[in-house]
Amino acid sequence: MALQTALFWIFSILGIAGGIGLVINRNPVYSALSLILNFFSLAGLYLSLQAEFLAVIQVLVYAGAIMVLFLFVIMLLNLSDEPRVEGFDIARGASFLLAIGFVAEMLIILKDVVLPSSPEKFTYGKVESIGNLLMTNYLFPFEVISVVLVASLIGAIVIAKKFNY
Amino acid sequence: MEEFGPIGEYLPLIILIIIAGAVAFLLTGASRVLGPLRPNKIKESAYESGMDPVGTAHERFSIKFYLVAMLFILFDIEIVFMYPWAVQYKELEAAYGSFPLVEMLVFVAILFVGYIYILKKGGLDWD
Repeated sequence: MALQTALFWIFSILGIAGGIGLVINRNPVYSALSLILNFFSLAGLYLSLQAEFLAVIQVLVYAGAIMVLFLFVIMLLNLSDEPRVEGFDIARGASFLLAIGFVAEMLIILKDVVLPSSPEKFTYGKVESIGNLLMTNYLFPFEVISVVLVASLIGAIVIAKKFNY
Repeated sequence: MEEFGPIGEYLPLIILIIIAGAVAFLLTGASRVLGPLRPNKIKESAYESGMDPVGTAHERFSIKFYLVAMLFILFDIEIVFMYPWAVQYKELEAAYGSFPLVEMLVFVAILFVGYIYILKKGGLDWD
């Protein structure tokens, strides 16, 4: 139990550190690396919540594949270091207000949430139960996923092959 | 390991990660502390006894790299859905016969159409 709590704090602090690093770094590549730290600590949190499949997929797909995509976007757009915004402008003020509003909203919702205190044994996060659900209750969504994947695949080809570079 | 709660079964993994991190820090730290540090201008150049770098590394990359990455992600996600199916296959087969196999074949067949499309469109050709 103490281990669980300790790991929760470690992963939470690492995740928040990754998030802060993502925002305050001026170099987009450093921001992307901070995001990887964030992804890994989220995977750790999922694991401690017994969502094992989600934890593995978080590392495999997010920290692996999606990160490659982010890095390619950074390279494609040829981003250099973000200039530091001096003083006040409308976009900055609006995003500040939005962030404050979002935090307030979360706090209002979290005020009434009752969290289960006892560590129960959940089984629905296991790979086996997800395999069962995919082939029974969620069979149709599972097959639709393949159509969605093909659609995005064709979209990627159409957009990338439109011009000859 | 039950006394550590639900994450207890991952305790060996956590110990492994801690040891791996500690070894990495120890080795690099030891070489920094114990090794002789005599930097000079040539040693600190980007490619020692190689060509001097020309221009910046901030170049725009061709979209072909992006296309490869995109296709990789799509097929990666396809594989992700196979893991739970493969882990649970024996139980599923005992319960539903060959139905799960057929369903997965349909899933793969639809994506195979996409794969044929990529091949025909030359999505995997570099030029």
